[in-house]
Amino acid sequence: MRLLRRLLRRLLRRVRPLVVDRDWLLGSRAWLVVLVALAVLPRASFAVDPAVLAAEAKRIGVASRLATSVVAIFSRGGRGGGSGVLISPDGYALTNFHVTRGAGTFMKCGLSDGQLYDAVIVGIDPTGDVALIKLLGRDDFPHATLGDSDTLKVGDWTFAMGNPFLLATDFQPTVTYGIVSGLHRYQYPAGTILEYTDCIQIDTSINPGNSGGPLFSAGGQLMGINGRGSFEKRGRVNSGAGYAISINQIKLFMDHLRSGRVVDHATLGATVTTREDGAVVVDGILDESEAYRRGLREGDEIISFGGRSVRSVNQFKNILGIYPKGWKLPLVFRREQVRTETLLRLRALHRASELTGSPKPKPKPGGKPKPKPKPRPGGKPRPATRKRPPVAKPPEKYKHLYVKKRGFANYYFNQQEQKRVLSRMSRLGDFSGAAGAWVLAGKTAAGDAFRLTVADVGVGLSWKQKAYFQELDKASEPLDEPKGSGGLLYAMHMWRSFLAKREKGFGEFFYLGSEPLDGVGARVDVMISELGNVRCRWYFDRKQGRLLGFDSQRVEETDECEVRFSGDIDLDGRHWPRTIRVSSAGGVLASFGVETVTMKAGAAQ
Amino acid sequence: MTHRILTIVSLLLLSLTWCASIAEGQSIQPTIQRVQQRMVKVFGAGGIRRLHAYSTGFVVSRQGYVATVWSHVLDTEELTVVLADGRKIRAKVLGAEPQLDLAVLELQDKELDLPAWDLEADVSDAGPGTRVLGFSNMFRVATGDEMVSVLHGVVAAKAPLATRRGAFESSYEGTAFIVDAVTNNPGAGGGVLVTRAGRLLGMIGKELRNSETNTWVNYAVPISELKQPIQQIIAGKYRARQRDPDETNAVARFRPLEFGIVLVPDVLFRTPAFIDGVQPGSAAARAGLQPDDLILFINGDLVQSCRVFKQSLGRIDAGTVLKLTVRRGDKLLPVELPVPDTPEAPDTPETPKKPEKPATAGDTK
Repeated sequence: MRLLRRLLRRLLRRVRPLVVDRDWLLGSRAWLVVLVALAVLPRASFAVDPAVLAAEAKRIGVASRLATSVVAIFSRGGRGGGSGVLISPDGYALTNFHVTRGAGTFMKCGLSDGQLYDAVIVGIDPTGDVALIKLLGRDDFPHATLGDSDTLKVGDWTFAMGNPFLLATDFQPTVTYGIVSGLHRYQYPAGTILEYTDCIQIDTSINPGNSGGPLFSAGGQLMGINGRGSFEKRGRVNSGAGYAISINQIKLFMDHLRSGRVVDHATLGATVTTREDGAVVVDGILDESEAYRRGLREGDEIISFGGRSVRSVNQFKNILGIYPKGWKLPLVFRREQVRTETLLRLRALHRASELTGSPKPKPKPGGKPKPKPKPRPGGKPRPATRKRPPVAKPPEKYKHLYVKKRGFANYYFNQQEQKRVLSRMSRLGDFSGAAGAWVLAGKTAAGDAFRLTVADVGVGLSWKQKAYFQELDKASEPLDEPKGSGGLLYAMHMWRSFLAKREKGFGEFFYLGSEPLDGVGARVDVMISELGNVRCRWYFDRKQGRLLGFDSQRVEETDECEVRFSGDIDLDGRHWPRTIRVSSAGGVLASFGVETVTMKAGAAQ
Repeated sequence: MTHRILTIVSLLLLSLTWCASIAEGQSIQPTIQRVQQRMVKVFGAGGIRRLHAYSTGFVVSRQGYVATVWSHVLDTEELTVVLADGRKIRAKVLGAEPQLDLAVLELQDKELDLPAWDLEADVSDAGPGTRVLGFSNMFRVATGDEMVSVLHGVVAAKAPLATRRGAFESSYEGTAFIVDAVTNNPGAGGGVLVTRAGRLLGMIGKELRNSETNTWVNYAVPISELKQPIQQIIAGKYRARQRDPDETNAVARFRPLEFGIVLVPDVLFRTPAFIDGVQPGSAAARAGLQPDDLILFINGDLVQSCRVFKQSLGRIDAGTVLKLTVRRGDKLLPVELPVPDTPEAPDTPETPKKPEKPATAGDTK
């Protein structure tokens, strides 16, 4: 009643000119009149369309269901924080890199059940502003379902959830509701290496503290991670333009993040600009880039990239920006009337020091270099406190879940992934005792006989009436033998080391993440080995854990030797490939059909 | 009396329920697609300090006429319009009505046949509670063939902006749609406000900030106000509106030039009152004023902007002494200038380098 009275008083203030005696109206007689009138008014006029009520009920239902997966993230010092979202029952959660940056390796996370959980950093993507953390203490966390952000359309309704202004002390997330304002938006880096590419623009309110929180579709699927807004001059609050990193981009990085690494984005090694006629053309290219080696030159017109047509510089950057470094993408370009299709491995966008060190702006090799960045909507919703809190001690119970190592956000998780992938390798058989020379002989697909000998002292190949040899003493350099193979003989040595010694055969050995095999195939797990300058990428089938092949690079900036295995020869419990296909520089060298495998004690000839 | 209040209450409740019920379950995607095809991105002057060099426009004729907001962005020979399909076309200002913050651009391509708004058939009016969509190139998020941004909101009021003049320093004084969405952002001026069915309601205006509370108002100028001027400008028949005589007199009593003061171009909503030039032999020159002096006080009152200075000057009395305080470097200097008995034109009326706004535009062609 008091509320009604207050409402009426407010209403009366508005219509004051009409009212002669306000007090009279507030008196008892007037009340009676109003109440009677309310009762007399036709009921139909107050009835709400059932469709509206149904939509409302659905919205409330979805929001309350989703709220359980939303995380309020605090640094262990208790100052500052942001938001996040759980994506698996074992506690993996996504947030922004800029939320975790100041929070240390262990964080405190609040869920809508009112409980506070410990969490540990897993992997970070400083360029894409994404971090993966793991909440601890449960294996049945409520979690969100990843959607397909490419299905979003401008105008679609979305929920943003999180902890803006760190309002929620009971960790009940704040829900805002709005529409998709734009898709495939490109946001220039704003004073840091953060770059939002191919992102989702929303008018759903995004404020400081929302950082890292989920953007859900109206149906409740996770579509993105809210991380940025156009905050120009109205204070650091919502101005109608928020930006979310698309979940489809994050999916491409997910296994990379799970590897516990500091992951990097990519560049083509070429910059592009828009010509007068609207074509996107190369206006600069690094001589040492793979793109250059495959024939891309200044002035060439980019037709498509990553399977998407390119009609503007922003589009080019949008495509490039969603992929991790090292992925292979198809590129189609045109010079005069000649159309060339090629597959290129993307280069690292940053040096390792740039990712782990202080965030400084860097001239972008990814797109057209600009002397001065255009004034763009800048700024991201920062955690409410900018000051770096004092690093609190890790919780005793969980401190084994963090292992420090250069280049890694948390090496512990890389160790776990290495174990997972390598444990399935034992199915290939035990090669550890196979110390002598391995001799593989047979015919290539072209019908030429070959004989490959891999031993401790060297690798030899006789093929097409020629003999090739790679010495393996300490002083010998990896050779490109046979010429143009990218160093097949040395690659075979790497293969033998890997089978016989596993990670112990190399200086560095780690789990990278996953990528499509040869740019177009199924997703495979990727391990990296490093020995001297030689770097190999090992590819494993994700279902059975079979070794599908590897790429070996003798020296940086040279074409790799690409070795692919297929078929199976079972020999005393050891499994050998039936076919070894070798390619390099975009062409196939030979497909070696293995007919006999012999293992000899002693040295090779 | 009671009955009237009751009527208001019940009508309000009725309209709210009605609006909500028709809006739910209705897809806005066809509207968005249709509207976006009729929007353009305008690129022109600016890019220095915090002045954005971009705004929005909407196509009002198939032959390539674009209505947009009158602003500093248009103050250039190098005006470019980017169509929804990404085509870049040169444009020139065909005419403008500064009082409505309206300008009409003519695209420099004779072969155009563009999707356009029909200002007779596509327009509508709306009251409070109407759900609306705002379309604009705010923050220059979209380039090339990327579509302009869409915001959703509700008309909060249809009310005269003039009541907020002073606080908001708006040149438009008529009725405006006030919306609850953050429609009026940098570069959003010249965008459109439409109903969910895609009927054109108004043109999103410039950013307006309340200097007292540091709040911003989100509004659109009703298309009913703009329709006639747009059509007349295109037809080449438009005469700019006359200000009401009282105000004209008040403002025109004295002007800076009559003291020999040339101010910097008034391009910001609050351009600091810097002196751009001093005419030789003028009262200002005799008093020792110099270019780059910043006028801080006029007769003891704070001068916040060029506009405030001009308004204050318009109100001073003939035959008195004009007391100014200017800042030169880090010094504050008091300056006194005699105010002539009757306003008269200066001997050699030297036009400022850049006209701030053409007094009457629109009658070209």
